[in-house]
Amino acid sequence: MRTIVRLFILGGMLVLALSTIGCASGSKQDTPPPSGPKETGSKEVILATTTSTYDTGLLDMLLPEFQSKTGYLVKPIAVGTGHALAMAARGEADVLLVHAPEDEEEFMRAGNGLDRRLVMHNDFFLVGPPDDPANIKGSRNAAEALAKVEQARAIFISRGDDSGTHKKEKEVWVKSGIKPSGAWYQESGQGMGETLIITSEKRGYTLTDRGTYLALKKSLNLAVLLEKDPILLNIYHVIQVNPAKSPAVNSAGGKALAEYMVAKETQELIGSFGVDKYGEPLFTPDAGKNENELK
Amino acid sequence: MDLIIDGIVQAFWLVVRGDPDVMRVIYLSLLVSGSATLISLFIGVPLGTLMALSRFRGRGFTLSLVNTGMGMPPVVVGLVVSILLWRSGPLGLLHIMYTPAAMVVAQVIIASPIVTGISMAAIAQLDPRLRMQMLGLGASRWQMLWVLFQEARLPLLTALMAGFGGVISEVGAVMMVGGNIKGQTRVLTTATVLETGRGEFGIAIALGIILLLLAYLVNLTLTHLQQQGRPQQ
Repeated sequence: MRTIVRLFILGGMLVLALSTIGCASGSKQDTPPPSGPKETGSKEVILATTTSTYDTGLLDMLLPEFQSKTGYLVKPIAVGTGHALAMAARGEADVLLVHAPEDEEEFMRAGNGLDRRLVMHNDFFLVGPPDDPANIKGSRNAAEALAKVEQARAIFISRGDDSGTHKKEKEVWVKSGIKPSGAWYQESGQGMGETLIITSEKRGYTLTDRGTYLALKKSLNLAVLLEKDPILLNIYHVIQVNPAKSPAVNSAGGKALAEYMVAKETQELIGSFGVDKYGEPLFTPDAGKNENELK
Repeated sequence: MDLIIDGIVQAFWLVVRGDPDVMRVIYLSLLVSGSATLISLFIGVPLGTLMALSRFRGRGFTLSLVNTGMGMPPVVVGLVVSILLWRSGPLGLLHIMYTPAAMVVAQVIIASPIVTGISMAAIAQLDPRLRMQMLGLGASRWQMLWVLFQEARLPLLTALMAGFGGVISEVGAVMMVGGNIKGQTRVLTTATVLETGRGEFGIAIALGIILLLLAYLVNLTLTHLQQQGRPQQ
């Protein structure tokens, strides 16, 4: 019996101690700096975003700066773009950083967003085994390259998760006039990082964004086989969620973060992100530009 | 293979250097899973005891629920808890989505059936004559329960360990309701998933090793207590 009593006391003490530390460190973090949010209301901002901005580490660099500047506490939720848009449409997020322009436009038409601004771009490209068994290297465009993959029945790994990258892949298949199906066309249902690893292991082909590929390059046996097709542009927009959708939406916080993403200093940070690690920037900052200028 | 060795070396240095990010992740894992286990103990032990000792209407149904719950997939728990805690959900007013509190809620739901099921087995396997004897000797209901808990302390500790083991190693639910937010809701399992996605296999393995070590240390302590309390031969 003594054992059980001792155990409970021990457990209780542990939880108490942990929660005290938690409160201490939590309150340290939560205390807004003197220049805290001007608007009254919640300090918590939910940013629904894509796995690519998270896996590359871009948000780890940008968000702490925003938090210390404004006193907001950002909760970045990294999911596929489809999931992010669905969350925002239900008012479960305050601001979006996503990369599926057509779906975003539909999202705006439905009145779910207040303001959609261009933040940055990079590009998608096709990767595959370095010896390129389907011989897609030298294809005139991405659609032709995918047609060759289908002809060769080479393994193609699709994200299959309704993410921005998956939407882009489907767009290229439509352009090639092929409805991919069969044992060679496989869906991973996972993020870009995991999908690249699977593709490398299976000696297959896949469509990837530049950022995630560069971040994982050293552990992959994949080569860039087709790039620079205008259709493969990967454009990121920030969208403030329409607070009319749900009273719980933190409109001031969402607006502050959206404005931070397109601010001059942030854009400079984005433009230099990754240079030290990969020798080239992962994203090109585009705030204030017109989307059509990029093409 | 070199990745695993690399992981072991990295795990060693992360712990020795006391890397603040990793320490925060370890602390959160212990806090969330520790609180969840403790709460599920307060739910599971009384419920298990009740089900072992009394016959009430709907007992068979509750029993099947508990048994099913012991194998409940964490992602399903994560999804249901998310739907409840979202801003638009019935409990959205609590504003605990994407906080450690939400993770504790999900883990309590996962651990409670495990603790309940094992507690019930622990109490049910005691000799029923013991109860009769206690009551015959004039023990109050609470005194009798206290003696039963003492008698069943070894399997009850197993319930505790199984509950803790179930939640500290769980990834699906905490990922969904916590959001894997750095410094706020990132625990060892979700951090391992993230680092794997980033291709940082060394760090991912290191986090896995730290998780194993942690589970080992907790269980070592509990086993030590369990053995100490073993009936004298």
